[in-house]
Order: sequence, then structure tokens, then C-alpha cells
Amino acid sequence: MSAEPDLTAGWVDAELAEEFPDLGLAAVRVEARSGRSPFAVRDRLRELSDRFTGSKVVHMRQDPVPWAYRVFFRQVGVDPDSDRTPVERIAVERLEWGGLRSQNLLDDALVIATVETGVPVIAFDADTVGEHLGLRLSRPGEELGSGRPLSVRQIVVADEDRPLSVLFGEISEERGVTRRTRRMVLVALRVKGVPEISVEEALWTAADVLTENQ
Amino acid sequence: MPDVLQPPSPAVLPGTTPDERPARRTLLDQIARLEDELSQLFCSTWPRQGFDWSVRSHGGPRMLSLAELETLRDDLADRLGAARRALSDRTYVEEQHRMRIEEMLLEPEKHKWVRVSNEDIGEPGCKHWHVRPRWGVLGMLLSWWRVRISSGCPLAT
Repeated sequence: MSAEPDLTAGWVDAELAEEFPDLGLAAVRVEARSGRSPFAVRDRLRELSDRFTGSKVVHMRQDPVPWAYRVFFRQVGVDPDSDRTPVERIAVERLEWGGLRSQNLLDDALVIATVETGVPVIAFDADTVGEHLGLRLSRPGEELGSGRPLSVRQIVVADEDRPLSVLFGEISEERGVTRRTRRMVLVALRVKGVPEISVEEALWTAADVLTENQ
Repeated sequence: MPDVLQPPSPAVLPGTTPDERPARRTLLDQIARLEDELSQLFCSTWPRQGFDWSVRSHGGPRMLSLAELETLRDDLADRLGAARRALSDRTYVEEQHRMRIEEMLLEPEKHKWVRVSNEDIGEPGCKHWHVRPRWGVLGMLLSWWRVRISSGCPLAT
């Protein structure tokens, strides 16, 4: 296992922090590229698929970490039965496809981290985003990238200058990871009921998978 | 000099809007509790099908207004109540089916051709109990009835 990368805590806008005192963001920067997943990663995905049975997926919503994200989804106006939480979406896809399908190194690393910990992780191109990432509400007239208007008071992941993605949703095209990306910033969200160690583990897991398979 | 009553001072109107925070916090806690109960109920209903679990989305993720939080709380409470009633009705019917299986096993000739499946008693799998005549037409003529229990789901092709 490689040395643990440095995690940084993100900022949370005052209004959001007042509404959700346990809300937090953690990030880690890694020098890595995506691309085709090597055999070891695909093999790990296969092993993880065996953890999911129909009964386990049904009862997953009562496990503390997936449940915490379900509650947060509800509290911010998302129906987790229509727009599933990331770990539930992966579990349902696993049942539908009979396995966790390998897509590319980055997506596989994010899936592995999410399945292992229940904590969703997203990635941005580190060279196109600012130094300090955080959570805030969108401002009137603000757009995600070029031409994708945000509705007012939507919760977004942002840097010092602009929104980078809708929380648990669309990532700005200009800020996402592409073939040209050489450095990434991985971001995980913590909500009430999710231990900090789970968030850290999620980021370490994703960072490990990425850096060990370059 | 006679005492003169002072006119009452005009009611003081608050210069600020009332603090919503306690109400919002209570509503968020209620939503969390209802989601917990809904999740428990969802797990209890498995593997039964046909329950409606959806609660109207509010265009999130965003910060909901107090009125929206109230509506969401009420929607969740309504959904929970409806699901509980549906499960209660379903389990009553399942209990009737279980009793029927016992009666079929005791007196198959009184339940000719009756078929009860695992789904009817809220269990997973394809097993079913079917009252059929022994030896076909001969059994029908002589009223030799028995319960056949299927061995399970057909193999996937």
C-alpha cells in the first residue's frame, strides 16, 4: 500500500452549515490518469460484485452509511427511490447486469471506493479547478460551465470562483476528468451519521487504486 | 389634580422575521425519522411486490423552504401510513392462504384443484401447493385427491 495522501477539508457556506451542521467535504489531490483498467482492478470489481445479493441490496438502506445519505437526499428535496444514492445505484446496476462492469480506471476506482465504504466520491481535473473546494448554494443567474443554468439555491460543489458540479449530480464539462487530465482532485461528501473515518477511507481507497495502477 | 389614565402604548411589531431555525431543525429531524421508518417498512415488505414507495421530489438538491419541508414531512407521513395499511391488508390475506394450505393438507378432497404459491404467502421462491387427483381421471372418479408441492423455480435456460 502506498503512503496515505494528504486530505484537505473543504469549506461549507455558512447558511448550509447552519442547516446541516455535520455537512462536510474532504478532498485529496493525486497525480494520475484514467484509461483502461488493468486486470487487478477488474478482478477487484469482480470480487466486490459477489458481495451483492438481492436481499443485501434490499436491506442496504438500513445500513448506517447508505441510510445517512438517503436521509440527506430527502432533506435536500431528492427522492432517493427515483434518483438513487450512489451506492444504491451501483448495487442496483450490479443486480441488473449480473456484475460490476469495468468502465475505465477512474470510474472503477470511484465505484470500488463507494462500494467499500458507502461514501460517494467524485473527481475533477485538478488543473482546471481552484485550490479550495467547498459547498455552497447557487446564486441567481449562475451557470454550471457554459450554458447550463442552475436553479436558485441549488447545492453545488464549488471552488473560489465558480460552481463545479451539482451535488450528487452533473459535473461541469470543463472541470471534469478527460483524457488530457494528469492530476485529479477526488472529493467526498460527509453528512450527518457518516463517520469521518469512512470519508477518509473512501478517498484513500480511490487514490490508492488510481496511483497504484499508473 | 385627578389621575389621568395613560393611553395604552401601541403594540410593538417585530422588526425582524421570526427565527425559522428551531422549526427547520425539528422538521429535518422528523424527515429523518420518517425515512428511517419507511426504510424499515420497505425491508419488512420484501419480497412482496406492488407497494408504492415514491414521495414527490422537490427539485433538489437544494435548500428547501419551511413550507416545502412541511409538505415533504406530510408526504412522507402519508406514504408511510398508506404502506403500513397496504402491508397490513397483505399480511391478513397471506395468513388466510397459510390457513388454507393447512386445510388443503388435512382435507385435500374439499379443496379440489386449489393452488397456493409462495407469493400468496409472502415468501420468496416459486414453490406452490396444488391439490390434484392421484392417478389422473381415475383419482377424480374415485375422489383420491392429494396436495402436490412443487420443488421450486425452473432452471434458467
